[in-house]
Amino acid sequence: MSLDLKYTYTEKKDTRSGFGDGFLEAGRRNPKVVGLCADLIGSLKMGDFQKEFPDRFFQTGIAEANMIGLAAGMALGGKIPFAGTFANFATGRVYDQIRQSVAYSDKNVKICASHAGLTLGEDGATHQILEDLGMMKMLPHMTVINPCDYNQTKAATLAIAEFEGPVYLRFGRPSWPVFTPADQKFEIGKAWKMIDGRDVTIFATGHLVWEAVVAEAILREEGIRAEVINIHTIKPLDTEAILESVKKTGCAVSAEEHQLNGGLGDSIAQTLIRHNPAPLEYVGVNDSFGESGTPTQLLEKYGLNAENIVKAAKRAMARK
Amino acid sequence: MKKQSLPELQKICSQLRRDVLRMVHAVQSGHPGAPLGCAEYFVALYFDQLHHNPDFQMNGKGEDLFFLSNGHLSAGWYSVLARSGYFPVEELKTFRKLNSRLQGHPATHEHLPGIRIASGSLGQGLSVALGVAQTKKLEKDSSVVHVLMGDGELQEGQVWEAAMYAAHYGMDNVIATVDYNGQQIDGPTEKIMDLKNLKAKWEAFGWEVIETKEGNDLASVIAGLEKAKSLTGKGKPILNLLYTEMGYGVDFMVGTHKWHGSPPNDEQLALALGQLEETLGDY
Ligand SMILES: Cc1ncc(C[n+]2csc(CCOP(=O)(O)OP(=O)(O)O)c2C)c(N)n1
Ligand SMILES: [Mg+2]
Repeated sequence: MSLDLKYTYTEKKDTRSGFGDGFLEAGRRNPKVVGLCADLIGSLKMGDFQKEFPDRFFQTGIAEANMIGLAAGMALGGKIPFAGTFANFATGRVYDQIRQSVAYSDKNVKICASHAGLTLGEDGATHQILEDLGMMKMLPHMTVINPCDYNQTKAATLAIAEFEGPVYLRFGRPSWPVFTPADQKFEIGKAWKMIDGRDVTIFATGHLVWEAVVAEAILREEGIRAEVINIHTIKPLDTEAILESVKKTGCAVSAEEHQLNGGLGDSIAQTLIRHNPAPLEYVGVNDSFGESGTPTQLLEKYGLNAENIVKAAKRAMARK
Repeated sequence: MKKQSLPELQKICSQLRRDVLRMVHAVQSGHPGAPLGCAEYFVALYFDQLHHNPDFQMNGKGEDLFFLSNGHLSAGWYSVLARSGYFPVEELKTFRKLNSRLQGHPATHEHLPGIRIASGSLGQGLSVALGVAQTKKLEKDSSVVHVLMGDGELQEGQVWEAAMYAAHYGMDNVIATVDYNGQQIDGPTEKIMDLKNLKAKWEAFGWEVIETKEGNDLASVIAGLEKAKSLTGKGKPILNLLYTEMGYGVDFMVGTHKWHGSPPNDEQLALALGQLEETLGDY
């Protein structure tokens, strides 16, 4: 590929490792940070923390509901619990426990959710949650974060340790381009304009930020200047940044590894419809479950790659 | 189905193990450990115990039914289903691939014969099996409902909600088997979250408990299931504690959680297959 990319990478890493490394660092910085995990320590990359701080780490066994309750209780006593499991079992499985004991009770619990979305791959639909952002963003008091690569996930993990309040942090399994800087400062709730443009804005989150970067280069070859904005915080949403960008470009695309119903695109649509109705096209999963396959195959089959972002951008522009 | 002799059934166990290993190796993903340990159980159930019809009917009326609660044993289940005629053995090669009916974890969505409910998220299968068994009772259908759970899976609270229900409603047409291999993802169950005295726990919940101490000895597994069957219809749900070894049948895989969810590489596959006779023809 000879695309002129505005961001490049020299290595690929999984975002869950960004979480694991950030979690260890957070533990070193603040003794109040504690960890919980429901028989997925290896998968969540929580093992280094457990090794270094065995007294501050609690294996709960395969009992996610209990884990959320425990975390809420620990927060009450002043600890900063990071509770980790797969995104499916960190949300749907324990929605009411999160709702009552964490969100409604305003407890400083960090729900750490790995293997989110289609890129989980071969395990299939039972594990590929595509509704978690929606469920979590609907909860009052909940902050919802979906970083895009290893470095951003690590930075986000450190940031949420310092932030007071319930947080849902979503990350994934596949090895993915590391294209954002290692020394970045992560500002919760502040969208990051990664590429300046004028014709269309691409709002992307999670793994699809990389696809948006690729899409921008493809569009540029055709003379279209796309603005790329990294929406790592789904809630609270940076509506100012969204409105400012669309005021300039006049149309937008949302891109996420999630259901269209209830996802980032819905939040952006709400913002636009209230303040500046403008064409918006969606890239996401359209009311369907996933299936087994490799991450790349699945992103292609379900229309979640750069090629589909390019098409969506053109559709949005045509509607201006 | 005509009953087969013990040596014949043993051949199927060996082939099932080969299928499992080749399936997870081909996609370099999936769970070999527990299916290897449950080969005798799967074969005893499908080739000896169940009154079932491979000409698949979703509603399962008048048939003995099986539910896999620990859905990550899918490779073993798919093998025994294919080998007993539910779908072509050839199809095993599509396991975990795009557009396959053989999803990573069992699903009904793609209409694979033999599967009646999705599983993979642990802790849900016993409740479903009880619902099915309750309907059978309502319909005066005297067949039996089997369900397999992992031992680590028993850490899920829902299992015990179901356990309480089963005794309360006298669900004596249910035989629940626990794959008591002492292992789960992060390590031995004893270290992760100790299950302590499982027999006493189930008994305290009002279940009739039998122990199959040699869960990798086919004759013992069959005898255990026979015994369980003989205890049906007596007012209590039946729990079969099946002592197995994760990874059984391959010397370097046996007895450790390391093979819970790791596929063998090329070299390991060759070594493993060398220890398992190809009896019915690889798919
Ligand atoms: C609700 C839920 N939580 C976590 C998991 C991830 N997981 C899959 S298998 C497994 C271990 C299960 O242990 P056990 O039931 O003993 O099965 P074995 O390891 O013996 O195959 C875990 C934690 C899951 N599938 N579902
Ligand atoms: Mg086990």
